[in-house]
Amino acid sequence: MVHGREIAYNSKVEGNIILANLDASINWMRTHSMWPMPMGLACCAIELMASGGARFDIARFGAEVMRFSPRQSDVLIVAGTVTYKMALATKRIYEQMPDPKWVIAMGACASSGGMYRSYAVLQGIDRILPVDVYISGCPPRPEALLEGLMRLQQKIMTEKSTTRQLVPEPALV
Amino acid sequence: MANTTTTFEQPDALLRTQQALDAAPDVPGERLTLNMGPSHPSTHGVLRIVLELDGEVVTKAIPDIGYLHRGDEKIAENMTYNQFVPYTDRLDYLAPLANNVAYACAVEKLMGWDLPPRGQAIRVLCCELARISAHLLGFGAMAMDCGAMSVFLYTFTEREKLYNLFESLTGARFTTSYTRIGGMTRDLPPGWLDEVAAFIKQYKPQIEETDKLLTRNKIFIERSRDVGVITRADAISYGITGPNLRGSGVDYDVRKVRPYLGYENYDFDIPVGSVGDCYDRYLVRLEELRQSVRIIEQVLAKFPEGPIHVADTKNYLPKKQKVLTKMEELIHQFILVTEGLKAPPGEVYFGAENPKGELGFYIRSRGGGVPYRLKIRAPSFVNLSILDKLLPGCMMADVVAILGSIDFVMGECDR
Amino acid sequence: MATTTEAIQSLQSAFAGKVGAAREFRGEHTLPVDREIIADVALHLRDKLGFDYLADICSVDNMGDEPRYEVVYEFAQMSAPHHLRIIAKVSEDEGSLPTISHVYATANWHEREIWDMMGIKFDNHPDLRRILMWEGYPYFPLQRDFPLEGKPSDTPGEAFTRIAPLEGGPFVTAPAEHNHDREPRARPPEPV
Ligand code: SF4
Repeated sequence: MVHGREIAYNSKVEGNIILANLDASINWMRTHSMWPMPMGLACCAIELMASGGARFDIARFGAEVMRFSPRQSDVLIVAGTVTYKMALATKRIYEQMPDPKWVIAMGACASSGGMYRSYAVLQGIDRILPVDVYISGCPPRPEALLEGLMRLQQKIMTEKSTTRQLVPEPALV
Repeated sequence: MANTTTTFEQPDALLRTQQALDAAPDVPGERLTLNMGPSHPSTHGVLRIVLELDGEVVTKAIPDIGYLHRGDEKIAENMTYNQFVPYTDRLDYLAPLANNVAYACAVEKLMGWDLPPRGQAIRVLCCELARISAHLLGFGAMAMDCGAMSVFLYTFTEREKLYNLFESLTGARFTTSYTRIGGMTRDLPPGWLDEVAAFIKQYKPQIEETDKLLTRNKIFIERSRDVGVITRADAISYGITGPNLRGSGVDYDVRKVRPYLGYENYDFDIPVGSVGDCYDRYLVRLEELRQSVRIIEQVLAKFPEGPIHVADTKNYLPKKQKVLTKMEELIHQFILVTEGLKAPPGEVYFGAENPKGELGFYIRSRGGGVPYRLKIRAPSFVNLSILDKLLPGCMMADVVAILGSIDFVMGECDR
Repeated sequence: MATTTEAIQSLQSAFAGKVGAAREFRGEHTLPVDREIIADVALHLRDKLGFDYLADICSVDNMGDEPRYEVVYEFAQMSAPHHLRIIAKVSEDEGSLPTISHVYATANWHEREIWDMMGIKFDNHPDLRRILMWEGYPYFPLQRDFPLEGKPSDTPGEAFTRIAPLEGGPFVTAPAEHNHDREPRARPPEPV
């Protein structure tokens, strides 16, 4: 059913027993109950809101519990332009999130500075945070956000959850 | 209409605070500083307000903006007029079409151009559809801040239908970049006007639905009535525009006072409030939806035929077909794309009535295809400047309702 | 309620010698005035002439000219279409002009923005702090000699800035006589 390690239901074993690899089941649980922290900074946030609306319905992927408190969330969706004035606040919010945590850079601005090559805009949040998934587009359509979410789920499934390697933080460049 | 102005008086906010403090039964008399934002669900983006509280009463508020300052004005000085159009999408990203139109009109004023009737009608349609889309999100979010989540879901469903229209018109959901200086990227797709008519038809009952959900909703009224009153004199002195100004009873609307794009030919009313509180601002927005629908119906009823762009062949992009077959057009295209149009030296200010208020562009040209200075007069920036006067004396919980009712966009405020 | 032409005449007679000649372009009137009298002009416009709405204040950096800066005020009326633009010149050394935030409250933030972006000071302003950038940022980004890609800076605990990769851009062609100059290339720096 899932990439990498299996969770198997064996009907020959009596009762409601599922045999599974510990990593796989923890990962499976994590992938389907991601609580995003929506960092809605600019225009991309509107598409982030749209994906929460009825038409795209992010709840289908178990990620509708948007938490505005970083302490309660595990995916940071950075949607919008990160300016230098905002950069350290974003980093602080990331640091407040409990482990394990992942980061999605939504849109061209968050990924690379996008069309704002100027004195005020941080050229991609990967200069201050470790990013797991980049989503292209200006703005990405809600479908693209959902696709990014599923990519993240795939990525989580390959993780060794018991011995998660903490990603080294990028040095300020 | 008699307009009055007063000199800027800070003490009256202090007085109001004192009264609120006297009325509150359990103030500890100690000041607490509370930092709200820049990442807070009700700041609609990245506004930061440093609040000083005594118990639940706000005694001082210092707004801090600039968390989305992206350097648009500096960028504009470094590109040709047409290249800047996509950046205008991202000012007020709830109504990008209206920004595109305002910017194009400003540069056309500099060039001394007037659009043919069909071009104007298309732009009016764009502006009004954008207004509907922006107000839908505006009071959807305001209702959500006041605790009514479902309105937001309803309005978002309607916005999705509008996005479908925008998408078939421009190819993008909301980063439209639809106008070019002197015209539009392309004419309307076939059957688009019918789609708009169909949308308007099904949308009209939806306005009444929102009306029923909110206007007489006891909780919503309690949260918004008599909260965050902007007096008429303050509103004028602070230069507030748009629904926020009209909520305070001033019937200033750029579409009426300095008509552009043939707005003088359409019949519509300007709703005004009487008190200037959050509830009035909500009512004004609701009524503006109906007026926008009215304008759209009039545009649709007599949609002109003809060209959609100006006839100045030297300064407006030629048809692609001709570019590929004719030498002269090819040269024009090349020069226009690389150098930009030939603007005369001079300076103009053009203000357009956007959903948030008067969006103005001041352009200083020294000739050539690049503006020497382009200043954006952002309505949200000006509307927010009243916060430090408006918030003191309110309860902490009112702050979110007031912010929701002012309906600002930080992309435009910080530019 | 005075019309624009009446307003110009009234200003010229009230502040004789300190007001320049009015010019018109695309139906808009512009009136240069001396920087010292700008607050009185604003008061006069608001109280005597009915220009109750200050739409905008903008600043222009005419680098190489003297005086270097211009501050542009857009006065308008809320009930009539009259509009008057007032321009005050400020040289780099004087670097300041009187605030009008006690006349129009909206000027408060506009003036703060001009200080932040252009480095022009306003005397007696109640709260002249940076508004879009942060306190401690060392440059004024809208000045003509400040590069679009920015300059590195560090304000510990607040923010930092780095140079944006422009790859030689922005790409705009300068109008030229010869065709070989017509290719888009990096915009040459403004002649100083
Ligand atoms: S990527 Fe585009 S849509 Fe998204 S925040 Fe940046 S400019 Fe806005």
